[in-house]
Amino acid sequence: MSKLKLAIGAWLEEAKSRLSLTNFLARLKSIKKFTILTHILAWAVSLIWIIPFLGVFMASIRPQQEILNGWWNFEAFNPTLEGYLGSLTHSTAPLSRALFNSLVVTIPSTFLPIFVAALGAYSFARFRFPTRDLLFFVIVLLQTIPQQMVIIPLFFITLRIGLWNNYLGLILVHVAFALPWQILFLRNFFSVLPVEVEEAALIDGASYFKIFYKIVLPLTLPALASLTALQFVWVWNDFFFAVVLILQTPESRLATTAIPAQLGRLEPNWTILSASSIMVMIIPIAIYVALQRYYVRGIVAGAVKG
Amino acid sequence: MGLTRKIAPFLFLLPSLLLLTIFVLFPVANTLYLSLINKNGEFAGIENYAQVFAHRDFWSPQNFIEGKPPPYGALIHNGIWVLIHLPLSLFFGLLLAVLLRDIKGSAIIRSAVFLGVVIPMIVGGVLLRFIYEEDAGIVNAFLRFIGLGHLTRTWTAFPDTILIALILGSVWIWTGFSMIVYSAGLEGIPVELFEAAKIDGASRMQTFWRITIPMLKPATIIVVTMTLLWELKIFDIVWVIQGGGPAGGSMVMAVLMYLFAFVYPFPRADYHIASAIATMLTILTFGFAAYLVNRMVKG
Repeated sequence: MSKLKLAIGAWLEEAKSRLSLTNFLARLKSIKKFTILTHILAWAVSLIWIIPFLGVFMASIRPQQEILNGWWNFEAFNPTLEGYLGSLTHSTAPLSRALFNSLVVTIPSTFLPIFVAALGAYSFARFRFPTRDLLFFVIVLLQTIPQQMVIIPLFFITLRIGLWNNYLGLILVHVAFALPWQILFLRNFFSVLPVEVEEAALIDGASYFKIFYKIVLPLTLPALASLTALQFVWVWNDFFFAVVLILQTPESRLATTAIPAQLGRLEPNWTILSASSIMVMIIPIAIYVALQRYYVRGIVAGAVKG
Repeated sequence: MGLTRKIAPFLFLLPSLLLLTIFVLFPVANTLYLSLINKNGEFAGIENYAQVFAHRDFWSPQNFIEGKPPPYGALIHNGIWVLIHLPLSLFFGLLLAVLLRDIKGSAIIRSAVFLGVVIPMIVGGVLLRFIYEEDAGIVNAFLRFIGLGHLTRTWTAFPDTILIALILGSVWIWTGFSMIVYSAGLEGIPVELFEAAKIDGASRMQTFWRITIPMLKPATIIVVTMTLLWELKIFDIVWVIQGGGPAGGSMVMAVLMYLFAFVYPFPRADYHIASAIATMLTILTFGFAAYLVNRMVKG
């Protein structure tokens, strides 16, 4: 019994000493001042990025009147889902429809170019032919062309072939614009793959296309994550192609083009607009969080988009 | 076999070349062509370009020369954008990359800062408009907090403040990019270099200026060129906030091009003027683009 008392007493002593201020300060001293300083500075600076995102979230769940007093004021706090409902069922730009439309455009625009670009990249990585290096340079250079430089002819071309105000037209444009950086990315990827397997298959009489289909394409799977993450986010986020190549109606707007329509000309309804912002950006954020490593790898490899 | 070997590379390239020709190459050539002819289809030389420069939304340097607030016209606005946004993005990106190296919770901070690059620019624009609102915006709340309450206003509603507000906001959006590239660059510096410097008794500052900065040169080149391309082509955030206004105070080249091509009603709408602006925008970006691509292709 006395042993237990002693043990409890010792534990209490230790707990007290842990909690005492002097001890805490002594522990702090043992960590270098520089480390403490950088921690404070880093977290302070990062607040500049965290607070606006926190703000738009708070605004999305509070009525307009409370937001106008500042979303950081909590004297009155009546959380509501009106913003989300109002955005999804908005009369001129219902976000429910817009989000669905964006998925209809983004999913094929993400997966189609990978196949086409892999074919092209394979040609650049494995064959020697005249003008190869020049052709490669020109194709890669095309990725930096501003969208403004192509948009007027694209408007007329899609109109002429009946693909204006047609998601297929928008998808084809996105596929074409994805090819330069994906060809660059995949060529660099193929260049470091060993060629021995492909050579053996060639000797065994396999056709080039069969080699590509059976051996090379499966090997692109590790690169697939980077390609998918970047392209999905890029197409989802695009506004310029979507606003010119698709007629702006409540039924046909995409997620990004619905937002300016909801903004309108009058005093914006911040509850609805914040809810829309959250719903539209949550998808690229989710892709980024899930495929973070691959996303960053693609960015650092120099994926430029017009 | 010999024939297949000769044709195969082109067969593999065919789908790419077809799509690129129809949807990129031909449109580029066509825009250039449109910029050189007039509405009657006659060759116009630099007539359209001269008209662009005569337009006050593109080029009106009077206020700038006299030291008055904007509007100065899209070309000067784009120039100011580069001059302010480029150094600030580089500075904050490098600062964060260096700071966050040995910070507890750095992964969270990095992700938060990088969100600006991941979210749609249209949403980025909405966020900026929100933080600059007179009563609802956090920027004015901060000004009141530090005792500058007399300055509060809706920063995006006036021609003399919208440009600087948008430029600083675009630094907020884009810093994540330079931070991520610099972070990757820092990871690539061999630890031995820092250890050797420590043994030789180099101070933190010396190590930073003599080792870190020179070793980050490749990262700096990527950040500078990509940032230049991004700034010159800036569109979404400007469009969603005030569409280039008020009174042309936030007009930039990409927005003016869009107005002439798809927004202005006839007879003001003009594909040739719009094409001339697009061509100038492309020429401005082309040098940086070619330099960057040349490095990427070789690397």
